[in-house]
Amino acid sequence: MYGLGILKGFGVTALNAFRSPFTVEYPDRRVGLPGLARSAGINPLAFVLKRPKDALKAVLGLAKIPARSQQHSRFRGQDFTWYVERCTGCASCAKLCPLGIIKIVTDPSGRQTQEGEVYDIETFDIDLARCMACGICVEVCPYDALHMGSGFERARYGFPNLLITVDELKKAPKRPSTWFRPQLEERGYHPHKSGQADWRLVGRHERPTAGQLKRNWVDDRAK
Amino acid sequence: MSMRTEPVTVNIGPHHPSTHGVFRLRVTFDGEVIVDVEPVFGYLHRGTEKLAEERTYVQFVTLTDRMDYVASMTNNQGFVLAVEKLAGITPSPRGVWLRMIAAELQRIASHLVGMGFFLQDLGAFATPLMYAMRERERILDLFEMLCGARITNSYMRPGGVFMDAPEDFWPAVNRFLDEMPGYVDEYESLISGNEIVLSRTKGVARVELDALINASISGPMLRAAGLAWDLRKKHPYEFYDRVEFDVPLAQESDNWARYIVRIQEMRESVKIVRQCVQQIEPGPIRPKEVPFLVRPPAGEVYSSIEGPKGELGYYIVSDGSIAPYRCKVRAPSYINLTLLKDMLVGWRVADMIVTFGSIDINMGEVDR
Repeated sequence: MYGLGILKGFGVTALNAFRSPFTVEYPDRRVGLPGLARSAGINPLAFVLKRPKDALKAVLGLAKIPARSQQHSRFRGQDFTWYVERCTGCASCAKLCPLGIIKIVTDPSGRQTQEGEVYDIETFDIDLARCMACGICVEVCPYDALHMGSGFERARYGFPNLLITVDELKKAPKRPSTWFRPQLEERGYHPHKSGQADWRLVGRHERPTAGQLKRNWVDDRAK
Repeated sequence: MSMRTEPVTVNIGPHHPSTHGVFRLRVTFDGEVIVDVEPVFGYLHRGTEKLAEERTYVQFVTLTDRMDYVASMTNNQGFVLAVEKLAGITPSPRGVWLRMIAAELQRIASHLVGMGFFLQDLGAFATPLMYAMRERERILDLFEMLCGARITNSYMRPGGVFMDAPEDFWPAVNRFLDEMPGYVDEYESLISGNEIVLSRTKGVARVELDALINASISGPMLRAAGLAWDLRKKHPYEFYDRVEFDVPLAQESDNWARYIVRIQEMRESVKIVRQCVQQIEPGPIRPKEVPFLVRPPAGEVYSSIEGPKGELGYYIVSDGSIAPYRCKVRAPSYINLTLLKDMLVGWRVADMIVTFGSIDINMGEVDR
């Protein structure tokens, strides 16, 4: 019979009315009274007595709470996590970035640094406006100083505001992604659930001391 | 009584929503019937092949994502296989299995997008596309577990992949494989029996097999004409000779056949991923001796894989340095598009957009 296939299609569409929605609500999630009370941390009855206006809103389906996206711990975010304690200023990341957007300046103050010493990092700029989050800088970092971040909400007005400067990198909360960092994954680290990661725990090995660096780069080469 | 009519030339694009990107068609109509078609492309040209010449082999993997951006994993795979052939690298078995899993999941995702937008062009506004995006979303979640990114994956490296799958990937992929055939049944009962879709697509824009072969068309378009040409069967790369699968065929070579072949290929890809998950063995994902800066010996290589849209080939010339001397991409979308005039002449305006959708092209790959 002509039209049977269309009716069958309508049946599939109608079936979806009885399924739970697939859509993830972001940045705000609509909740009922129990959900709102849970997010406030008290039981629903006390919530009604304490904040009757909000409770009425929740019953009417108007209450919203902020929602966090369910991202995997490996998610390559835009904000980089950088540990000044681990960085030696070797600039591997800057050399191997496919777009050349990392700028590193060490020791501008005129201090005569010898080869093999740990450099003071004056500039460590990452131009996020051109970054494509490929993660090669993180992959080649020999001392696990640079990690991908876990955030993705870095929208700014104007290109200059997208530049991550060294001060911002130093101050930013340390929530590294576990991308290309199996040692973090073995420990079950999750950037949003486990809290901030300390610089002593994020590396595959200890950071070389100044003496070791000098031995590797100066003394061994002189032989 | 006959009326004297004059042909009218109309520009469709480059900013037309149904052209899947920035693509322009200069169409000459006689009334509503198409008399002549002139495709104009190049609006999305970014010079990816030239950029390859000043980037190392691993750095260029990140740019292959940007060519066919709904099938990044297969783009990675094609390039990486070419580099391995050129440099004589033997990949690690576990890395190869992971690459196959990723590539077949990507094939399902790409066919979902192709199917959804084909039906969207037909006028089934948003409903089938939403169903297609629902499952694609789950595949992208699996990719996020594997490599941290959803679209621009850059997951593969010469010798294997850069990181092993996390432990929570395996239950997730098994759950997806159990549910995916049911979803495909759902599309079939939603669309495949629909009389409007059938009358709009059956017999429309038919092309002869000879014309397809002469224009070196590949992929689902060729298989919809009844020729079982699939590089996974004909020249097995990776471990495709160790898995069992059929090559879905249709004989009609019209818009409907191109749609139904893609639907059936999704079922076959689910089978392949299931066998890969069963056969994968523990071990290293990448040989230790492969350096970050691959230096292939001087020479040239052409290596091709069966991408979701057709034969995806990479031709690399090396001069022994860390960057390719020349890198040429045989993009399936670009070559499949060349037969557009033969398909469209004699059909009407409404069939034009549907036919264009049935080729399943991606402008990022056409213009590169």
